[in-house]
Amino acid sequence: MYLDWAYGLIGGLLIGGAAALFLLANGRIMGASGLLGGVVDGSGRSNLGERLAFLGGLVGVPLIVVLLRGGAPETEMTGNMAALAAAGVLVGIGTRLANGCTSGHGVCGISRLSVRGIAATAAYLAAGAASLFVFRHVLGVV
Amino acid sequence: MKRLVFSAASGGLFGLGLMISGMTNPAKVQGWLDFLGDWDPTLAFVLGGAIVPMFFAWRHAEGRKPLLGGSFPAKPSQVIDRNLILGSCLFGAGWGLAGLCPGPAMASIGYGNPGIWVFVIAMIAGMAVTPWARRRLDATPAKG
Repeated sequence: MYLDWAYGLIGGLLIGGAAALFLLANGRIMGASGLLGGVVDGSGRSNLGERLAFLGGLVGVPLIVVLLRGGAPETEMTGNMAALAAAGVLVGIGTRLANGCTSGHGVCGISRLSVRGIAATAAYLAAGAASLFVFRHVLGVV
Repeated sequence: MKRLVFSAASGGLFGLGLMISGMTNPAKVQGWLDFLGDWDPTLAFVLGGAIVPMFFAWRHAEGRKPLLGGSFPAKPSQVIDRNLILGSCLFGAGWGLAGLCPGPAMASIGYGNPGIWVFVIAMIAGMAVTPWARRRLDATPAKG
């Protein structure tokens, strides 16, 4: 528990390294919602292969780690399926409407000093904190 | 073919980083968003750690071409419009509620937790209806 910040930092450097690799090799921005969304709504047909390869790595490598170590890392989440479904719809619509999520606007946008990336990050952080406050401390749902 | 290999490597590295950092643990993400409760600072290290390599990558990209050809994405528009803010607020609402955003949700599909699958299927459904929602919004001029 007390080393969580170190795991966070190492994991963060790997995330940034992945984004840097995708940018410098493929010339593309590593945004999870955009890469998936373009497959879902058909707007990413022209580079479908790259998208599917990226998503395959994103889903596949953690799966391989889980199989090798014989279990998933410890996670804790709500068992309220209705809340999870509602949250999924909100995240799906929100990230596509805003053209980005934590990886695209947060990691790739802020590091480029993009005004849109910084504004989006401020908005989803504030909304996330407000949402958690309401659902946890007011309604007690999660 | 090289493009596909590098794409898969980037995706895999991203997934590994998400897994190690704790981002695939919704309780941890919610702990970070819980500014008024028992606040957990871990995610500041994740975001900070991720921004550093990318900051240098953007600097390196200036005046160069990507390794595999083509060109780097042009600096996007700097206009803060309604869709950006409205979308980010909707995203944030879902992020706080579940503790999941798109990258970590996909990285943890293999954890075998049905709750993740419900979230991912709902997220894909939300993404599928967004072009329609966007057209409706764009047909409604912003007030003020």
